[in-house]
Amino acid sequence: MTQPITEDTVLKTVAKFEVKYLQYLDEDGKPLGKKLPSFAKDTELLRKLYTDMARVRAFDAKAYALQRTGKLGTYPASLGQEAIGVGYGSVMRKEDVLVPYYRSTAGLMQHGVTMAEILTYWGGDERGSDFKYAREDLPIAVPIATQCLNAAGVATAFKLRGQARVAVTEIGEGGTSKGDFYEAINVAGVWRLPVLFVVNNNQWAISVPSEIQTAAETYAQKAIAAGIHCLQVDGNDILAVREAAEQALERARRGEGATLLECISYRLCDHTTADDASRYRTEEEVKQGWRREPMRRLRKYLESLNAWSDADEETMNKTIAEEVEAAVQEYLSMPAPKATDMLDYLYAELPEKLREQRDELARGE
Amino acid sequence: MPAVTLIEAVTMALAYELEHDSNVVLLGEDIGVNGGVFRATAGLQQRFGKDRVIDTPLAESMIAGLSVGMSTQGMKPVAEIQFLGFIFSALDQLFTQAARMRNRTRGRLSCPMVVRAPYGGGIHAPEHHSESTEALYAHIPGLKVVIPSNPSRAYGLLLAAIRDPDPVIFLEPKRVYRLVKHEVEDNGEAYPLETCFVDREGTDITLISWGAMMHETLQAADELAKEGISAEVIDVATVAPLDVQTLVESVAKTGRALIVQEAPKSGAIGSEIAAELSEKAIMHLLAPIGRVSGYDTVMPYYKLEKKYMPSVQRIVSKAKELMEYV
Repeated sequence: MTQPITEDTVLKTVAKFEVKYLQYLDEDGKPLGKKLPSFAKDTELLRKLYTDMARVRAFDAKAYALQRTGKLGTYPASLGQEAIGVGYGSVMRKEDVLVPYYRSTAGLMQHGVTMAEILTYWGGDERGSDFKYAREDLPIAVPIATQCLNAAGVATAFKLRGQARVAVTEIGEGGTSKGDFYEAINVAGVWRLPVLFVVNNNQWAISVPSEIQTAAETYAQKAIAAGIHCLQVDGNDILAVREAAEQALERARRGEGATLLECISYRLCDHTTADDASRYRTEEEVKQGWRREPMRRLRKYLESLNAWSDADEETMNKTIAEEVEAAVQEYLSMPAPKATDMLDYLYAELPEKLREQRDELARGE
Repeated sequence: MPAVTLIEAVTMALAYELEHDSNVVLLGEDIGVNGGVFRATAGLQQRFGKDRVIDTPLAESMIAGLSVGMSTQGMKPVAEIQFLGFIFSALDQLFTQAARMRNRTRGRLSCPMVVRAPYGGGIHAPEHHSESTEALYAHIPGLKVVIPSNPSRAYGLLLAAIRDPDPVIFLEPKRVYRLVKHEVEDNGEAYPLETCFVDREGTDITLISWGAMMHETLQAADELAKEGISAEVIDVATVAPLDVQTLVESVAKTGRALIVQEAPKSGAIGSEIAAELSEKAIMHLLAPIGRVSGYDTVMPYYKLEKKYMPSVQRIVSKAKELMEYV
């Protein structure tokens, strides 16, 4: 019979940790404590954040419709998770670099990637990744967790060059099971890299729920093993996401290293247009999810400040619908890419060996 | 001009680029104080500092993934994977990110990075230290795969690899690290990539090889000469993308081709060369294209590795067989 090893024999505590949780507004948009972040009084900013979330939602709905009518490929929507990308994206500077994953539509749009570019990408055209404004942002990562290491690499370049810039990357909670995620947070800790890892914990990795993903109580605590700062936030409370992200970016710019931000949200949509979430989750669960979604919450808060009206909503929706429609027209009216593009951009210079294959493509065979 | 070994030539090239291009950084495990397990980076951290020659945590995917991110910022990381057999956890990053960055972004971003790794058998190493898996990387569009066979080529080709605007897998034949010495001038002159080197001219048969096997192949050519067979010997050097033209021109002259490789026979660089020659030089051929190769099996431990690897005798005998066709 073994006896438990206990404190009164040989054990002493060598380290203790805790994970903090940040939330400012309750599900009905009511402030939870007395202290809100300073920007919570800036109604112009709040109106913009609300509008930006609405843009993402309207864009997603349109993308879905385009996919259903055969005008777009498989598309991953962000329904219910708009506060995450709009939150961190709204505090990124132009010179920061976003290293997105497939569900970073909101972050990309915040950082200057156009709706038409995002449609072009998901429409099966590589030109969509040739961002016109966000020239240094990496293209969307489809493999899981690879982007975390790429972000750490971008941050390494910033650090080596002494630049006060930050790399920001986003990953689903399922992606945190991968080695690349652990390798990235580990090196970010060792080298105090200026990088922000945003975990979009939307509860489901396609059909696999959190309890199959990890035995840890939080995803945030994975940062503790890596020696980097962490915080869990209500990912449907844009005040919390924005404030936490801003502090993480400031910390990184001051040379104080990386942060892991776990944003708890809920995926109200399917994983992608190719998924049917009704196979693995209940209507009741989704209904509960709608109670916590981020737009309703911020709208109620704005209304409590007398900073939003039905008329505002109507005007906003009209403007956004026009913007989305213009993007769709831009996307649909793009001339087809040249077949030879597939070889012309592979290397800086076309290798002699590929010349024949290029000629074949050029002849349209 | 100093006579240097292949590993010393690697160090010389790395030092030259560190000295002349501030974007170049080296990263990998044990490359700092220790100078790498084979001493390829010996003395470089002392000379260039810890921000240029960076010891990393032990994680191969991280070394590759970090290099991708750094290179998109215009840095030129030269990463060391301690042994090629450990590269497999880094393949995700190399295949899904490094190789595709330029194409995916239509040229907006690229990965001017080099991954160096010692490869191949013949030094009595443990499991996973002796394979020749060059065909794996050569199969991935967007990568270049370069294999020097001697000290001067190691110097010139490594300079070219670092200066190349696209990702290069640079495989160093570790059996040759200290096998021979060449006089190499440290003048910063790069050799061209995608160019086969004709190391010996001949008229009867073309022997085609790369990396460590060039040594057996050249010896075989000596043996054949004694029997009156004039062998042309070609060092492929850049196994992807291939310089097909030089190979075709040689075979057009000799009428016979024998490919020598340490890798398993099937689906290999030798297979690709044979296919190109059969497409472009078949009318010149007087005999079937021959291959002397490793076997399609797990690279054996060192008690059997000599049986596995092509020997001078195997090359000579296969060449003579091809000479019997008229």
